[in-house]
Amino acid sequence: MSELKQELKEKIITQLNLEDIAIEEIADNDPLFGDGLGLDSIDALELIVMLDKDYGIKLTDPKEGKKIFESIEIMAAYISEHRSK
Amino acid sequence: MKRQLLKIKAYASIANNRVSLNDGIVFSEEKNDLSAFLKQAYKSLDTNYSKFFKMDALSKLGFLAADIILKSTQKEPDLERNTALVFSNSASSLDTDRKHQKSIQDKDNYFPSPAVFVYTLPNICLGEISIKHKLYSENSFFIFNHINTGYLFDYANNLILSNKADEVLCGWVNCDGEDYEAFVYLVSTEGTIPHTKEEILKLYNIK
Repeated sequence: MSELKQELKEKIITQLNLEDIAIEEIADNDPLFGDGLGLDSIDALELIVMLDKDYGIKLTDPKEGKKIFESIEIMAAYISEHRSK
Repeated sequence: MKRQLLKIKAYASIANNRVSLNDGIVFSEEKNDLSAFLKQAYKSLDTNYSKFFKMDALSKLGFLAADIILKSTQKEPDLERNTALVFSNSASSLDTDRKHQKSIQDKDNYFPSPAVFVYTLPNICLGEISIKHKLYSENSFFIFNHINTGYLFDYANNLILSNKADEVLCGWVNCDGEDYEAFVYLVSTEGTIPHTKEEILKLYNIK
């Protein structure tokens, strides 16, 4: 699980072009949107693509993302439970 | 007549691993590729705009060139300015369009990245400049085969003479792989360089 969380932090920084942010700056329970990392709606779409591409998880309802992408902790738990690759 | 008073107040360019403002080089880095060069330039020039990294290379080029001119000519911080944007290039966002095409070409591995087709396009370049510098003025992006000094000259003149803008930031920004150039200049009633087609071309050619 901790490996997955580390992997998610790396992917988020790379794929969302958060070049000003270091992995150490993202705590497991930090909110990813709003006051946390400040991700926006395009980033949410990017995360949905990442779930499909890297973990074989298809979100048919984008609204689901709101809960799943709340923090690294919640995201990692969801992926662990639903991943097909 | 106001037309005769129009000047080029400042100009900037990014080409050949150099960023210039007026007649001085403000950043240079010989060894890097375009992506690394733009990142270093962003840091060195204290650009401070987190969305910068989300843009494609075309938008980064236009954004950086515009930013150094607008910062250097800002009279008071946070003062709203009526500066129109008139940019142009020869191939729109073709470089990024190719990347997007590549991401959707393989039907069995079809993962179009939203960031590739959203944080791109010439209007994103203009939009991000407007957001950072609080410009609520007119903006346009034209496509020409080559820098069209006549069109830019007329358009900028018309905007100022019809009181649609106090100043006009004109630009020519191209990017295709490692082949890139950005040239922007600010047309104003202030400054020392006459706003003529010949002067625009002269400044473009020395970048």
